[in-house]
Amino acid sequence: MNRKKILIVDDEPNIVMSLEYTFKKKDFDVYIARDGEEAIEILKSKIPDVILLDIMMPNVDGYQTLQYIRENSTTKNIKVIFLTAKNKALDIEKGFTMGVDKYITKPFSIKKIVAEINELMTS
Amino acid sequence: MNSYVLIFIIIGYLFLLFGIAFWAEKKANRSWVNNPYVYTLSLAVYCSAWTYYGSVGIAATSGVSFLTTYLGPVIAFPIWIIVLKKIIKISKQHKVSSIADFISLRYGNDRFLGALVTIICVLGVLPYISLQLKAVSETFGIISEDTINSSSTIFKDSTFYIAVLLAIFAAFFGTRTTDATQRRQGIIFSVAVESVIKLVFFLGVGIYVSYFLFEGTLDIYNQISITEDFEFLTTFDSLESGINWYFMMALSFLAIFLLPRQFHVSVIENTNQKHLKTAIWLFPLYLLLFNVFVVFIAWGGKLRLGDVANPDYYSLLLPLQNGDVFLAILVFLGGFSAVISMVVVSTLALSTMLSNNLIIPYGFLDKFSNSRPERNANYIKNIRRIAIFCLILGAYFFYINFNIELSLFSIGQLSFVVIAQLAPTFFIGLFWNRGSSIAAKMGIITGTLVTTYTLVLPFVLDAIFGNMDFIVFGPFELELLKPYALFGIDFLNPVTHAFFWSMFFNSIVYLFVSLSFKGNYRERNYGEMFVNSNYNSLQENAFIWKGEAYVSDIRRVLNRFLGEKRTERALDLFYLKYDLSRNEEKADARLINFSEKLLTGSIGSASSRILIASVVEEQPVTLVEVLEILEENKKTISTNKFLKHKSNELTQLTEELKEVNEELKIQDKLKDEFLDTVAHELKTPITSIRAASEVLLDNEDMLENIKIQFLNNILYDSERLGKLINNILDLEKLASGREILDKKMNNLNVTIEKALSGVQLIAEKKNIKIVTHQESLTARYDEDRIIQVLINVLSNAIKFVEEKHGEVKIISRKNKNYIQVIVEDNGKGILNEDMKYIFDKFYQSKNQNVKKPVGSGFGLAISKQIIEGHKGKIRVDENYKLGARFIIEIPE
Repeated sequence: MNRKKILIVDDEPNIVMSLEYTFKKKDFDVYIARDGEEAIEILKSKIPDVILLDIMMPNVDGYQTLQYIRENSTTKNIKVIFLTAKNKALDIEKGFTMGVDKYITKPFSIKKIVAEINELMTS
Repeated sequence: MNSYVLIFIIIGYLFLLFGIAFWAEKKANRSWVNNPYVYTLSLAVYCSAWTYYGSVGIAATSGVSFLTTYLGPVIAFPIWIIVLKKIIKISKQHKVSSIADFISLRYGNDRFLGALVTIICVLGVLPYISLQLKAVSETFGIISEDTINSSSTIFKDSTFYIAVLLAIFAAFFGTRTTDATQRRQGIIFSVAVESVIKLVFFLGVGIYVSYFLFEGTLDIYNQISITEDFEFLTTFDSLESGINWYFMMALSFLAIFLLPRQFHVSVIENTNQKHLKTAIWLFPLYLLLFNVFVVFIAWGGKLRLGDVANPDYYSLLLPLQNGDVFLAILVFLGGFSAVISMVVVSTLALSTMLSNNLIIPYGFLDKFSNSRPERNANYIKNIRRIAIFCLILGAYFFYINFNIELSLFSIGQLSFVVIAQLAPTFFIGLFWNRGSSIAAKMGIITGTLVTTYTLVLPFVLDAIFGNMDFIVFGPFELELLKPYALFGIDFLNPVTHAFFWSMFFNSIVYLFVSLSFKGNYRERNYGEMFVNSNYNSLQENAFIWKGEAYVSDIRRVLNRFLGEKRTERALDLFYLKYDLSRNEEKADARLINFSEKLLTGSIGSASSRILIASVVEEQPVTLVEVLEILEENKKTISTNKFLKHKSNELTQLTEELKEVNEELKIQDKLKDEFLDTVAHELKTPITSIRAASEVLLDNEDMLENIKIQFLNNILYDSERLGKLINNILDLEKLASGREILDKKMNNLNVTIEKALSGVQLIAEKKNIKIVTHQESLTARYDEDRIIQVLINVLSNAIKFVEEKHGEVKIISRKNKNYIQVIVEDNGKGILNEDMKYIFDKFYQSKNQNVKKPVGSGFGLAISKQIIEGHKGKIRVDENYKLGARFIIEIPE
């Protein structure tokens, strides 16, 4: 069985650190990007199974990144989870219309993220 | 034709008119009866027998003069309408019942003036009415082929009986109610019907003469133009006759206002001011139509009948000569219609004037004061009925004794000149508030005396006694006093001459006396009301009256004339209108005014004034008080102006409020955005702390150095969270003024150095150059807070410049009484749309290139609060285009 691959996109290094530690422990290949621009760069060579994507980031934000992912044939099937402090109904709706698979609001529980990813992987 | 048959026809016709009047009275409020066309046609009561017969006579003997009587009104009509609007408005407000009432009211309810106007009108109109009877009598004679002088005894004279019938008709329909201001739809409608009949029949005979007796109007013209006096008939022979023409036109212009019957139909019987809009075109049209065939009938008569026959009756004689008796009867009925309407309306108007302005105020008031309401109403009605009979019979005797000798036209003109004596009092008084009652009386009397001297006296001497000496040589053979050529003016005909001199002296006396003697307060008050009839407030409330009166007294007087029911109803209305308590014992000026108005309709303004005055103790109002009331009125106007001004201000304020509201909406949105940002900022460290704690808990096997790293992260984010919360609280404290600044004398250079050391680290990290230009300055301020401001501004500058190329400059200097610190950078500057909001606490520019500015949008807001706490200013230099330039100023 192939190792699962995950891309974490967030500009908060401390948050990234916790997520990175958790998924490495679970035998994922973990890629890190500090903003949308870096994420898109990584996606040109790597196709992860799932992406944890922050929305509020400098330069290229989460929405723009998601748009790139959904419009690109090599990346359009990747499962994407928004990981964001934006918790208003309007924001969540916008996320789902744009084609995100899961929407998790900060502050989050790591266990919940793991569970959600497992669900996505098996479906 | 047998005269009995003719009398039968006349009676039949009168019954028809009775029927019409009855029917109209019943349907008074239907649009059939109450409409602008009926109103306009009733104005055509102006065209009496004088028009119907007399203008043909004048056209045949003196040429174009006949036209003046109709051109005057036609030309003046637009002015007439405008003035009439005002007159109607005033008359309605004050329940005026006649022109005598109107004039007497204008001059402060002057009893004598009202009586004087009444007498003038009776003197002027009585001969006029007798003229109508003369026309009936003579035409009756022509048709029945009787001799003209059939009046060997009164009781054998058919004219007498016709006069009595007319009196019955007028008395029956004219005095149904005591309130003379109430409409008499029956009479008015029958007058309108008569106007149609007389016009149709007159046009009929005109067409008959022009197209049956002759071959069209051109034929008449061709035939008449070869007679010798043709030129005389169609041209003015000199400048003098042109002037005569002009004066005659002016005379008839005044007549259309002042003749009691015209005032009655146009003002008292007006039900709706909008009717004037129809009258303005229809009435002149009616007059013009009436005159279309006059010259042709006159010329035709001259050609066929010669000078032997009386030219006044060409319109009857022409069909009779040709054996068309039926047409002659129709013409007779047309003329009879003109007579009826004129006689009925005139006697009606005059009887009201006689009762309300002469008989009641001078004789019957005491009697009324002591008797019961029903009896009073009957008294009033009876006085009017008797007056109508007296007038018509008076006119009949006048006719018997004087008129037989005189032509229709000259009597008519004499009437006009007498009535015209009211003109200065009436017209000037409408537009000039100085005109006083004594001046009005003196003017009218002077004018009447002049008329008597220059017209009536010579006329009577000549016509009755055949004595020409007075006219030819003047009294005592004084050239200058010759009655037809006063002061050497000998080129005017007698009527024009009398009109000119009487008007001249009348106006001069009126103006001179008005200017010399001021009227009393009452006159001046009414003068003001009439002249400025648009001041409703003055009309209604500011009645200048002072004194003591009890409501019960006034009620008693009203009861006596109106009856208890009407009095209570009227008072109910009054109390409702002014929202007054019914328990009030003392009457105020408004109630006095109101009661006078109520009574005016029944007994005339002068009498009602006397009656009310008899139960109240009036004190004269001083000039100062009059001025005060007028001043008050002016104040009302200025209050209105003020209110208008306020209303404009309100509109402006509304605009401003709208703007503020927009602003608030933006602020609200900004607040939402800010709260989002704050929430995000608070959530980020919490997320980090929570995630790290979770990882630590779940992974007991974690390596020690990694564990330490996680714990450090938790520590760092906790601190960050604390700082953030402090910032929010800090701003709140500053904004609410609870923060006390620790102000001391400080050296600005030292402060700037301290601030610079605070940002040194981030500047170095971004490889940015910081330049300073400093003067040595000291000022009183809270150093820690100013450092906070400088760090905020500096870190903003550093944040927005590019790495390596960035440059930040600090300049400190003195500017007047302020010390100034300028912070410039060469970054991308501040967007115009941001300028306005950057100091707002909820604002974060969308133009940031870093996600999380220190303090999350609080920096500048806090800085602004701090600087304002020092009574200084912090602003952005909008003109600086090379980047951003912040200017901070605090007082020395």
